[in-house]
Amino acid sequence: MTHDELREIAEKERDEQSRVPRKLNVCVAAGCLSLRSDQVLDALQTGLRERGLEGGCRARGVGCMGLCAAGPLVRSEPQHTYYRELSPGAPEVLSAILDNLDGRPVPEFALSPDLPFFAAQQKIVLENCGEIDPERIEDYIAADGYEALLSCIAGRSPDDVVQEIIRSGLRGRGGGGYPTGLKWSMVAKAPGDRKYVICNADEGDPGAFMDRSVLESDPHRVLEGMIIAAYAVGATKGYIYCRAEYPLAVKRLKVAIRQAEKLGLLGKRIGDSQFGFEIEIRLGAGAFVCGEETALIASVEGRRGEPRQRPPFPAYSGLHHAATLLNNVETFANVPPILRKGGSWFSSIGTEKSKGTKVFALVGDVMNTGLIEVPMGITLRDLVYKLGGGIAAGRQFKAVQTGGPSGGCIPAQFLDMNVDYESLMTVGSIMGSGGLIVMDDSKCMVDVAKFFMDFTRDESCGKCIPCRVGTTQLHRLLERISEGNGKLEDLDTLDRLGTMVRRTALCGLGQTAPNPVRSTLKYFREEYVQHIAGKTCAQGRCPCAAKPAACTEKQGEPTDAGAKSIPG
Amino acid sequence: MQAYPVSVPLPSDDKRWKLVAATMRRHNYNATALIEVLHTVQESFGYLDDVALRFVASSLRLPMSTVFGVATFYHFFSLKPPGEHTCVVCMGTGCYVKGAARLMQTIEEIAGVKAGQTTADGKVSVVAARCIGACSLSPAVVFDGEVIPRVQPATIRDQFRRWMSHDA
Amino acid sequence: MPERNQYQVKTLTIDGREVCAAEDQTILEVARENGIDIPTLCHFDGLSEISACRLCLVEVKGNNKLLPACTTQAQEGMEVTAFSPELMEYRRLIVELLFTERNHVCAACVSSGHCELQALAQRLGVSHVTLPYLHVKCSVDGSHRRFVADHNRCILCARCLRVCGEVEGAHTWGITGRGINARMITDLGDRWGDSDSCTNCGKCVTVCPVGALVEKGKAVSEMTKSNFLPYLLQMRREARQ
Repeated sequence: MTHDELREIAEKERDEQSRVPRKLNVCVAAGCLSLRSDQVLDALQTGLRERGLEGGCRARGVGCMGLCAAGPLVRSEPQHTYYRELSPGAPEVLSAILDNLDGRPVPEFALSPDLPFFAAQQKIVLENCGEIDPERIEDYIAADGYEALLSCIAGRSPDDVVQEIIRSGLRGRGGGGYPTGLKWSMVAKAPGDRKYVICNADEGDPGAFMDRSVLESDPHRVLEGMIIAAYAVGATKGYIYCRAEYPLAVKRLKVAIRQAEKLGLLGKRIGDSQFGFEIEIRLGAGAFVCGEETALIASVEGRRGEPRQRPPFPAYSGLHHAATLLNNVETFANVPPILRKGGSWFSSIGTEKSKGTKVFALVGDVMNTGLIEVPMGITLRDLVYKLGGGIAAGRQFKAVQTGGPSGGCIPAQFLDMNVDYESLMTVGSIMGSGGLIVMDDSKCMVDVAKFFMDFTRDESCGKCIPCRVGTTQLHRLLERISEGNGKLEDLDTLDRLGTMVRRTALCGLGQTAPNPVRSTLKYFREEYVQHIAGKTCAQGRCPCAAKPAACTEKQGEPTDAGAKSIPG
Repeated sequence: MQAYPVSVPLPSDDKRWKLVAATMRRHNYNATALIEVLHTVQESFGYLDDVALRFVASSLRLPMSTVFGVATFYHFFSLKPPGEHTCVVCMGTGCYVKGAARLMQTIEEIAGVKAGQTTADGKVSVVAARCIGACSLSPAVVFDGEVIPRVQPATIRDQFRRWMSHDA
Repeated sequence: MPERNQYQVKTLTIDGREVCAAEDQTILEVARENGIDIPTLCHFDGLSEISACRLCLVEVKGNNKLLPACTTQAQEGMEVTAFSPELMEYRRLIVELLFTERNHVCAACVSSGHCELQALAQRLGVSHVTLPYLHVKCSVDGSHRRFVADHNRCILCARCLRVCGEVEGAHTWGITGRGINARMITDLGDRWGDSDSCTNCGKCVTVCPVGALVEKGKAVSEMTKSNFLPYLLQMRREARQ
C-alpha cells in the first residue's frame, strides 16, 4: 500500500465515524470483560436497535479506559461521560443511559472526565486505548496509525529514524531504562545481513498489567513500532514473545498481524518499497526469568529459559547468533508518536534524564486502581492521593512497592519524591516495568519481603549457585523470622547473603532478587526486630502472630545458627 | 533452515496427533519450534505424557533429555493429566496483598489439595498463577477459564461444592 | 584461517603481575598459565563455558560489575584483581551455599580426598556452615551396570551434560525442573540403566568434580578420576601454538 492509499482509508473511516454523532464506547479489555462487559455491549446494541437509534448512536467495543476498579466501564461520547460498574444484570440502568444520550448523565453511575484520575493523566502510549476498536485496523489508521511507518519508508533513511529516537531520549520501559536510540544504533551498526527484532511481551512482574492492556487495546501500535524499528536497524524478521497467560492479547495480536499483512503493511514490499518484514508470535510458558533478554532468546529458540553471561550482548549476537533488537511492548508503543510528532516534542515531556511518560498499573490499597499514564517526574504523592484517590478510610499509607520482585518498598518519607529512573534507584528501588503496589498500614513488611523472596526462589532458573541456593536461603531466613523463630544475627546474615547474591548472580533476576529484602530491612528494620525479639507480628499477617509468644521450633529446623562442622 | 523429510509415524490414530504434526510441519520440523509444539500437545491432550514427549523428540530430532528438560522448566506445561475442572488462583502481588493466600488456604481446607495438585477424585486441579494481569480486580481466580473478580472464601467454597458434588 | 603469527599478544596485569595473553584467551586461561589458580567448579578444559558457579568472578578496573574469568576475554591493558577480601568472602559463601543445599558428608563419600568441592572448601577455609541446611531431597540411581548417580552429592555444574553432548554426542544427560528443584536426568527422567542413548562411555563419571557420578563397588575415598581425554586436550593446545 502506498502512503496515499493509507490516507484514503483514514479519510474514509473518519468520514464514516463522523456520520454517527454519538457513541457508547464499551471497554472489552480483559479486566472489564471478566465482569461481563461483552454482555453489556450486547445489551446496549440491542437497546439501540429497539429504540431505532442505530443511525444516531453506535455502541462498540474499545480497549482499556484505565479505571479497571470501576468496571465494566462505558464512555458516552461526545460528552465524555464515563459510566461505572454497569452490569448486564441491571437493564434499567442501561435503559436510562440509552434514554439520556443527549441529556444529562445518569447521576448514580456517572463519572466526570474531570476527575483527577482522568484529568491528571497525559496519554501517549495509551492515546488510543478506550478510543478505538482494537480488532479493526481501520480504526487505528483513522487515528493516524501507520502514518509514521509509511512516512519513514517513503522519505527517511534508516539512520535518520535512529537519530530521531536518540533525539527523543526514550529509554527502555521494561525495567533497565537503557537508552533506546543507543540500542537501535548498536543493532543497526552490527555486522551481518540477518537481523531480528523481538518484542518482549512476557510481562511477568506480579501486580503489573501495562503491556497486557496495550496489547489488548491497541495492538497495531506495537506492530507499527516494531516495523519501524526493523526498518531502522535492517531486520527482516520479528517475534513477539507473549505470555501464554494472556490469551486475549494473543488473539488480538494475531488478528492485527493478519490485517496488517492484508493491507501490505507487513510482509514483503511494505509500502511498495524493497523493505520486507514479518512477525511471528511466540508463546511463553510460565517462566518469569524469560523476561531477561538472553533467557527470552533461549526460549524463542525453543530451549530452557536460562540466561547466559553477557557479553556478547544480543545487539551483536542474539537470536540464532544474529544481531537482535529487543525492546518491550511499551517501548515499541512509544515509537510511532515519536516519529509522527518528532523527538524534540517527546523530550520536552518528563525530567532531564527520564523523558516522556510512563504507564503504571496502580494497584493495592488505593481507591482507584487501574491503568494510568503520567509524565515522568510526577511525585509519588500525586500518584497515590491525586490519581489513586488515597487510601481507604481508617487506614494509613505505609509504603509503595515499585519494580516488582526486582524493586523495593518506598516508605512515606519519600512521598514527595519524583518518579523517574534515577530517583527510584537512589531510594533502593527501580522503575521496573511499571507496577505500583500501594500498601496501607495493615500490611507487614516482613510478609511482603517473604512474598517476593518466595517468588524469585520459585522463578530462579537454577543455573547459577548464588541465585539457586541463595534465594532459597534468604527465603528460609525470612520464613524463620515470620514464624517467630528468628535471631537478631539473622538480620546481618540477610544483609551479607543479599549483598553476595546481588554482586555475583549471573543475570538481572538474581542480581536484583535481594532488593525487596534490602529495602524493607533499611526502612522497616523495627518490624523485623519486633518479629524476632517480640515474636509477634503487629499486623497479624505472619504465622508468629497466631501462636503464643513462646514459639516452638519448627521440626527439622536447626535449633541454633551456630557452627556445624563439615565432616571430612 | 533446512527441512527434513520426516517419517516418524503418529503414536496412534487419535486425530489429535494430526494437530501436533501440523504444528511441526508449519515450523519445518525445526528444533526451535519445540515450545510451540509442546503448547499444541498440551492444548490438544491437556498434558504432556511420555508418548507425546518421545514422539516430539524423534520428530524434531532432539535428544529426549532436551525435550524433558524444556517440558519441566516451564510451569505452564503439565506432565500429569488435569482434573475435570481447573481453579487458578492468582498469587500476584496485587492479589496477594488483597488476601489470595487466604483463598489458597480455603481450598486446602475444603478440598485437601495444594497448588499444583488435583483432588483425589480427579474433579479439580488447583493452580497458583504468578499474575493473570487482573490486578484491579484482586483477588482474582479463574474457574475453568473464566476470570472471577474480587473473590471471597465463600465464593471458593460454593464453586468447589458444586464441582465436587457434581457426578457428571 | 589466520596465520598463527598474526596472533596479537596482549599484556595485562592480574593481581599486579604482568602477564601475556594470546588473541582469544580468557582471563582464566591466562591466569592458570601463569600459576594463578582462580577457583572454579563448572569450568572444565575442553568443554563449553556456562559461567554458572560464579567462583571465578574477578574485578576488572573500570568495570563496577564482577566478571567471570572463564568467559571474559583478556584485553590489552586490563587490570584484573583475582583475589580480594570481597571476592574471597563471596567464594566462601558460595561454597557454603553448596554445602547447605544437598548432602555432602565427606566421611561417607567414595570421592573424599579426590573431590574438587572438598578441596576448595579446605583451600578457602570453609570449615563450618552457619546457614541452615536445606537438605533438598534427591535420589540415588544405581541402575547402571557400571556407575552410580548419587544426586545428593550433585552440585549441578552440568559438566556431565556438556561432555555427554559435546564430546560423546550421546545427549543422555539433561536437566529437569528449575531453581532449587533442578536435577540432572537421563533421557526422559528414566533410570540411567534403562537409557537408550547412553553409550556407557563413562566420560560423565570422569569429569564429575564431586561424588555424584562414581564407579560401582568403590569404598570411601577409593574413587579416583582418570585423565580426561589427554590426547584431545594436547591436540587443542598444539593447535593454538
